[in-house]
Amino acid sequence: MKKFAMAFGLLLIPLMMSAAAGGGEEGGEQNGHGGEKEGLDVGAFIAHHTGDSHDYVIEIPFFKYTLHLPVILWTDKGLSVFSSAKFKGDNEGKVVVTDKKGNKFVKIHEVIYYADKVKDNPHPNVFDFKSRPLDFSFTRNALAILFVFLILLVLIYFTRKVYYEPDKVPRGIAKFIEPLIIFVRDEIAIPNIGPDKYEKYMPYLLTVFFFILLSNLIGLIPFAPFGHNITGNIVVTFVLALFTFILTTLAGNKHYWKHIFNPPVPAFVKPIMIPVEIMGMFIKPFALMVRLFANMFAGHTILISLVLLIFIFGSVLFAPVSGLFYVFMGFIKILVAFLQAYVFTILSALFIGLALAEDHEEEHGEKPELANH
Amino acid sequence: MAISLAAVGAGLAVIGAGLGIGKIGGMATEAMARQPEFAGKIQTAMLITAAMVEGVALFAVIVAILEIYS
Amino acid sequence: MNLTSPETLVFWMTLFFLIFAYLLTKLGWKPILTAVKEREKAIEEAVKEAERTRQEMAKLKAENEELLQQARREREEILREARELKDKIIAEARSEAEKVRSEELAKTRKLIEAEKEAVLKDLQNQVATISLEIAEKVLGEQFADREKQVEYIKKNLSALKLN
Repeated sequence: MKKFAMAFGLLLIPLMMSAAAGGGEEGGEQNGHGGEKEGLDVGAFIAHHTGDSHDYVIEIPFFKYTLHLPVILWTDKGLSVFSSAKFKGDNEGKVVVTDKKGNKFVKIHEVIYYADKVKDNPHPNVFDFKSRPLDFSFTRNALAILFVFLILLVLIYFTRKVYYEPDKVPRGIAKFIEPLIIFVRDEIAIPNIGPDKYEKYMPYLLTVFFFILLSNLIGLIPFAPFGHNITGNIVVTFVLALFTFILTTLAGNKHYWKHIFNPPVPAFVKPIMIPVEIMGMFIKPFALMVRLFANMFAGHTILISLVLLIFIFGSVLFAPVSGLFYVFMGFIKILVAFLQAYVFTILSALFIGLALAEDHEEEHGEKPELANH
Repeated sequence: MAISLAAVGAGLAVIGAGLGIGKIGGMATEAMARQPEFAGKIQTAMLITAAMVEGVALFAVIVAILEIYS
Repeated sequence: MNLTSPETLVFWMTLFFLIFAYLLTKLGWKPILTAVKEREKAIEEAVKEAERTRQEMAKLKAENEELLQQARREREEILREARELKDKIIAEARSEAEKVRSEELAKTRKLIEAEKEAVLKDLQNQVATISLEIAEKVLGEQFADREKQVEYIKKNLSALKLN
């Protein structure tokens, strides 16, 4: 294990240096606003690497390939599709792209606006829908999501093939995946949802668990087709939390709604409790979203910053130190990856279980779990 | 030297997280020392609670980042 | 934090999540979960079966023991009866023998008695004859009618009652 860690760390250093070198070139080209050093804008670099992008840049030592992903826009005049190559790698709104329908677009920090609206308003907001079309491009993160799901599909397919002979001991990849599946079932689903109702929700919990786990782990690998930070993007976690919220709401039985809109408290407390309960109903998935996003985003930012330390200090000799920090933080991040996937899944299961909870818990004034103490 | 309030806020949040998770870890090890046969369950509970507390602290970090970018 | 247009990822993420959740469920989760459950059920069945077999084995062994015990007891029983029978037969034989012997003894005694009687009678006769002869010789005369005199002496002798 130690030898593996050392080899991994040693391999990482040149990779990180090359990757950062490529980024350094970019940073040098764009003098982003607020950058104090010339040559490398840390903020823009981090934003570029943890955010989304319309291009897919594969960068391994001595090889740089940019895949220009399609840009799909829904403008006032209809659908408009073109390759992001037309923007020629510009992120400052200087290149104006005209499509077949005559719309002109500029791209500022990876957000596409109408060119004429930007002329009036040089610092537009991403939420200003008058000055930008609806963007449905197949961005880098969308590609990464597809990639994660494809890997998951392949893994699960190979796991399932083992089960054509159900009496034998599982072999191959099933040896790793099956204990995880059983773990999700026995430790997460059954204790929280109950042994009679958990089967309906197992597919969702399993998908969420493996998706978060895989995308966290993939985000930690720095080289080519991996290394994309999807769970560190708040929109992705928003969608996951949204699904949990939808499932919880759909699964709520009468008891659950009674609790929210008519909690069993004395009448003078009710006007306070009811808004609190309603807010709680929304805040719980919100917390899920922010927790996962913040953990992953912070982790990736730290990792990238560790590499950028080399450039901030401006000396190659800092590379081993940085590489060591990187390996160390990488291990912590692996733990955090598993943990965050586990916590998200178990909280989802908990919320679903709470929504499905039967009666007879509050009425009798005692909670069954406490009886074991 | 520009003091960015966002950075100060993030630092304070980290103090809170450190205190909270430290206390969780301390109590958990104490409980494990008292009853070694429950060590597995206690460890699980400790990890989950630590994740929760860290999530709350990261709320503050997010707010700080939002302040930087706008 | 680079918030690119949120609707991009909302759209793609929802799309991919729904598509792949469905695919994964159909291809992966459902078959694996059912297979695992079947396996668990089979294991439970096998364990129960093993338990049941063990219990049956134990029961059979107990029954065998029971049978053996019973056989042993019956053997004891039989032996005891045989012994008793033997004793009884011996006793009977002995008593039978006793009886026969005493009968024989009695018969022999009777015979002896009879013989003695006979011998005595014979002796009586001989004594009569001899005494007659002696008397003849002494008296020098022959008694007339020897038979009458034998009768007379027999009468006297029987009056003496010789034993």
